[in-house]
Amino acid sequence: MVMTADPTLSELFSETGVDGAVTGFVCAQLTGLAVSGKPVLWVQDRVSLRESGRPCLAGLPPGLRIVHVQVNRAVDVLWAMEEGLHCSGLCAVLGEVWGDPPALDFTATKRLAIRAEAREIPALLIRRAANADLSAARMRWRLASLPARTDPDDMRAPGAPLWRADLFRARGRTPGQWVARHDADGLTLSHQVHRNDSPTQGLATA
Amino acid sequence: MTDTTAPCILRFPDQQAAQRRAVPADLDRAIGALQQKPAPKTPAPAASDSFTPIGPVRPIWRAARAAAPSEGAGRAGVAAGAVAPHGPATERDALSRRIVSLHLTDFAMARWLRLATARQDAPPDDLPVVLAVEGPHGPVVTATNRAAALAGLHKSGRVVDMRALCPDLRVAQADPAGDRAALTKLMLWTRRWCPWTAVDGPDGIVLDTTGSDHLWGGESALLRDIEGTLSTLGFASTLAIAPTHGAAWALARYGPVRSIATPATLAALTAPLPARALRLDADTVLLLQRLGLKSVGDIAAVPRLSLARRFTHAALSQNPLARLDQLQGRLPEPVSASAEPPRFAVQARLAEPVQDPVPHLPALCAELCAGLAAAGFGARRVTVTIYRTDGEVSTVTAATARASRDPFHLCRLFDDKIDRIDPGFGFELITLVATGTEDMVQVQTRLDGQADDGAALAQLIDRLTARLGPQAVRSPVTYPSHIPERAEGWAPAIGLAPTLVKDRAATRPLRLFDHPEEIHVLYAVPEGPPAQFVWRRVTYRITRFAGPERIAPEWWNDRPGTRLRDYYRIEDQSARRFWIYRDGVWGDERGETPRWFVHGVFG
Repeated sequence: MVMTADPTLSELFSETGVDGAVTGFVCAQLTGLAVSGKPVLWVQDRVSLRESGRPCLAGLPPGLRIVHVQVNRAVDVLWAMEEGLHCSGLCAVLGEVWGDPPALDFTATKRLAIRAEAREIPALLIRRAANADLSAARMRWRLASLPARTDPDDMRAPGAPLWRADLFRARGRTPGQWVARHDADGLTLSHQVHRNDSPTQGLATA
Repeated sequence: MTDTTAPCILRFPDQQAAQRRAVPADLDRAIGALQQKPAPKTPAPAASDSFTPIGPVRPIWRAARAAAPSEGAGRAGVAAGAVAPHGPATERDALSRRIVSLHLTDFAMARWLRLATARQDAPPDDLPVVLAVEGPHGPVVTATNRAAALAGLHKSGRVVDMRALCPDLRVAQADPAGDRAALTKLMLWTRRWCPWTAVDGPDGIVLDTTGSDHLWGGESALLRDIEGTLSTLGFASTLAIAPTHGAAWALARYGPVRSIATPATLAALTAPLPARALRLDADTVLLLQRLGLKSVGDIAAVPRLSLARRFTHAALSQNPLARLDQLQGRLPEPVSASAEPPRFAVQARLAEPVQDPVPHLPALCAELCAGLAAAGFGARRVTVTIYRTDGEVSTVTAATARASRDPFHLCRLFDDKIDRIDPGFGFELITLVATGTEDMVQVQTRLDGQADDGAALAQLIDRLTARLGPQAVRSPVTYPSHIPERAEGWAPAIGLAPTLVKDRAATRPLRLFDHPEEIHVLYAVPEGPPAQFVWRRVTYRITRFAGPERIAPEWWNDRPGTRLRDYYRIEDQSARRFWIYRDGVWGDERGETPRWFVHGVFG
């Protein structure tokens, strides 16, 4: 199942603060959107920037252009995301919030969701060190890394990354668990994935 | 001599012509030495350009004065195109300008008294006070108050002498640098009357009011308005208006009150002024006095050739002939205002001081954008300036990523910034100036009539930058380097199109840390990655790795002794993937045991 980001608000929870699975999952979703030539608004608060790093241009999907916003408070992240959702010149709006700030309540997420749906721009909210409290996000994912596929050229090396994607709340679709990977088409979700390129060797299940 | 002054002055062109006919060779040499004004048929282009800061090719329009008091808040209208009622501006005649010279008679003392009043330390009016600076032989008086002047104390006298005259004298330290700064601020504040103002000496301001006076109801009304407004600030002033800077300077200091000199009356008005009205230094004035030349008219009556011979190599402040030429308009002396006058500016004059500029901004923005649209321009930077009633000026500036003349957008840029303006006790004049403008053609990019996305993105960047600051909203830029943190940088997104990476030769992580974080490793082998490391108090055990990818230091950038880096892509027991590197190798003689760092995170 190939999946692109829906034009609504999605929340993505990371198991640990430094896990790259969320970033990989989001970038795989943005691959299909990047062909429009429009940039992504990428908003990070200060703690997220310090704890999980800054997007590295050379590692992002090719053709993805970003406008990076660095703010101090979660309130400003939400404000910048709302401003971005007013703008028709963006292909997606991506926010990163650390922890459970009081500003990020049900009302704030509902505002983002409604604006994203009205403008048909995907809004992705990455949350780290956070609890999945009450939220109006239409899709809520929990993501973790899985052992990567074996590199066909080097048996000791990690190859194409795999992630465990747990959709634990969704509107209009059935929650479930998948193994996600970044293919040429974008983000692909499947229930079983072979860890190696030849299907006879070991098997990783979700 | 003084009896014949006026006829001499009135005759001086004839004398000059007679001299020119008599000895043409000598006179030509003197003319060359004195840089006399060339004949009007072949004006030197550089001189005329530098003389006239405003010309027909560069129209400036300022808001007109509120016409009727029934308009309530006194909204000002925009007058498009320069209006110069006094003479044709196209000829650039030297005497077509209208220059106001403003002399603040006791600026330093008035400022000191104001500060003393604020400190609750003001002396009573009948106590003599002088301001003094350190001189080579003890303190020297630079300013006196009224009581001290009545007691016979004068400037440039030594304090010990003055104290002998007046034993109960109070001496305070003068602050020339502070006076200078205050005068500069006051000079900017006087731009409420005209766009070109400059500081003129330690206690003067010069204003080029060409074309501005009709906004104030004529020149005499303008002078009265300036004098009255300054006196409410506590500054006594004398001022005059004349076609040249030199004449205005002389009339303001030595002429009648609020004198107005036109080109026709210039010679008659300046003739009786003393010789020091020519802005000469004291030695030259003394010399002229010994020669019997006591007034401007006396000097003007002397044949030019004699003066030219006597003062050929003298500097400007010692050259009566050059100063006389400046006064009479033969030598150009433009008002060199400190900043380029704004081309697009609108202002709102309020009926009474208010504290909040927000209600006036939408109308101002609409007016400014109408003017920009009429000229085919868009604003890149707009500044709101408020002129406070206490003589201060406060500004707020917003920038745009690309030229815009959308009034709603420009107004929104000030939403979060206008709080930073300091209204003081209120202000009665708001100016909105487009300080940076660009050509902006009206194009339609789409057939369905919607705005193009580039404009929407630029407006978004403007709004984000206006609230969060230019350093918070950034776009990536790439640099030719193979050191990962140097290969890409972040520049303010305002004024920069988002770039995208061209080449992706090597495997790079999704995220990079601004500063690589050191990890504590357990060595398994000297080569290859560690078997286990501790980072942020969590233990990571490496299960798989790829590498090393060796990145050598850039000798043309790095300091000597910088070590190479061996990068490894690793995966730990929980399947998290990082980019770690070892700073140096064993035995490279560039330090001790190589240290390990985490630099990035893979997806």
